[in-house]
Amino acid sequence: MQIYLPIADIPVNVFLLLAMGLAVGFISGMFGIGGGFLMTPLLIFIGVQPAVAVASVTPHVAASSFSGAITYWRRKAIDVTLAVTLLGGGIAGSAGGVALFTWLRALDQLDLVIGLSYVILLGVVGVLMVGEGARAIVRSRGGKPGEVRRPGSHVWFLGLPLKLRFKRSKIYASAIPVLAIGFIIGFLGAIMGIGGGFLLVPMLIYLLRVPTATVIGTSMVLTFLTMASATVLHAATNRLVDAVLALILMVGGVVGAQFGAHAGQRIRAEWLRLFLGLLVLAVGLRFASQLVLRPDDLYSIRVIGGPP
Amino acid sequence: MKGTLAMAFAVFAVLAGAGPAVAERLVASLSNHRVMITSNYTGVELVLFGVIERENSSSRHGDYGIVATITGPRKSLRVRQKQRLAGIWINTASRHFVDPPSYLAVLASRPLDAIAGAEVRRRMHLGIANTPLPELINNDIGEVSGDLFRAALVRLMRERGLYREESNAVTFLTPTLFRAAIDLPAQVPTGNYSVDVKLFADGDLVALSDSAFEIVKVGFEQFVVNAARESSLSYGVVTAMMALLTGWIASVAFRRD
Repeated sequence: MQIYLPIADIPVNVFLLLAMGLAVGFISGMFGIGGGFLMTPLLIFIGVQPAVAVASVTPHVAASSFSGAITYWRRKAIDVTLAVTLLGGGIAGSAGGVALFTWLRALDQLDLVIGLSYVILLGVVGVLMVGEGARAIVRSRGGKPGEVRRPGSHVWFLGLPLKLRFKRSKIYASAIPVLAIGFIIGFLGAIMGIGGGFLLVPMLIYLLRVPTATVIGTSMVLTFLTMASATVLHAATNRLVDAVLALILMVGGVVGAQFGAHAGQRIRAEWLRLFLGLLVLAVGLRFASQLVLRPDDLYSIRVIGGPP
Repeated sequence: MKGTLAMAFAVFAVLAGAGPAVAERLVASLSNHRVMITSNYTGVELVLFGVIERENSSSRHGDYGIVATITGPRKSLRVRQKQRLAGIWINTASRHFVDPPSYLAVLASRPLDAIAGAEVRRRMHLGIANTPLPELINNDIGEVSGDLFRAALVRLMRERGLYREESNAVTFLTPTLFRAAIDLPAQVPTGNYSVDVKLFADGDLVALSDSAFEIVKVGFEQFVVNAARESSLSYGVVTAMMALLTGWIASVAFRRD
């Protein structure tokens, strides 16, 4: 069944969009990520203009992360203090990111910077996660306890002033690194058009030593808050949010996220990290190949005054 | 009697030579002048009908050529060229095209070079190759001949189905009645389109006819576009609320505990 999207200006198959929403929603519910870094390339692949894709994916990510967050809330797997502190840094970071975004767009090199950031970030994060996940699996196979005592629990930056007690995560740490992580996520999110869950989850685990039990739910709270405000900002500034496209994606997305969240609870944490690492790495390689391989057509068209 | 007939022929010949428009008149019309985009829109096909009215039916036979040019709304474009720099492909050069048509279809009854000579085609902008696509270079607007960027623009637009040139798209149903299908793919932009039909005989323009149609969004599609453009902030807030509501409904509907 074809439907004409009013803002994207193309007809698309409703069932294809629903299936895409379902699949990405499942992954996002399972790993506690927004899924924007998967959905945006998929939409561009089926013919949606990149700028409309980025803008319309934000409400989809908001919906699936909100639905996931409610599920984790019922399981008491959300650290509210941590989420609010991260959000504080995130808002400041978004403002900085939007400023840089505008400047790069004026230089006409935004596409390149976005491509390079995806390759570098996804590549580094993917390699780290795969390596760590594989090591953890090897350790548990060797008969030793899966969760060895995390070394360096007394990292210097957790001992900075402004100490806060994050009760549910059972950590007592300085608010400064938490705000800094929030800032980095907000900054990168604004430039790359992503929620940043795939970056936030490993940062919380490896840098703040947040236990896996609360990390995903907390990441989802931050994601839905930033993505809901990003939807309003995208709609108010560049007017490229396609509400019809977003609604179809989010209906598939929220259903998928529910099943994903249940599936995620049953999979061992180290396997979860390995799978997410492989996924992140795969998307990073895809972006790298676009930059390195000779494009089919060396020329491209952009409507002046339109999206990049 | 024989003399009068000869004189009539002579008069006709003079008329035909002095003003071709007197000999033939072209009447063309479209099947629809307003294409409405609704939620199940997947492109549309318009039909162009035309009749050649002749003063004397025994004149010219079978030498007619029809060229219909459909031009969509004009929008400035930038054509960018990638080059390999330090191992990665980067947009290095670009050209600004000033108001090229966003849709251009040249539909003819025969190959263009069989309808009119090169000079006539160039002067009348017949065919995509002869359509001016001016570029902005150092604050000057002009045509660049043999330009790779122009070739790339035409190629990319053809690939998207937005530029087309067909030499067998106009068919004659009778020697004076013709029809042509105007295929408008779903990605054609909204706006006003002009339809310019030219009748050629023996390589010369003998008659022409203009028509137009518009492509508009209606109903729900128009409502969404207007909301997004005119009350963008509330549109954004409503979309965000819709997202949270959808997420909440799903978590209630799928609650298992």
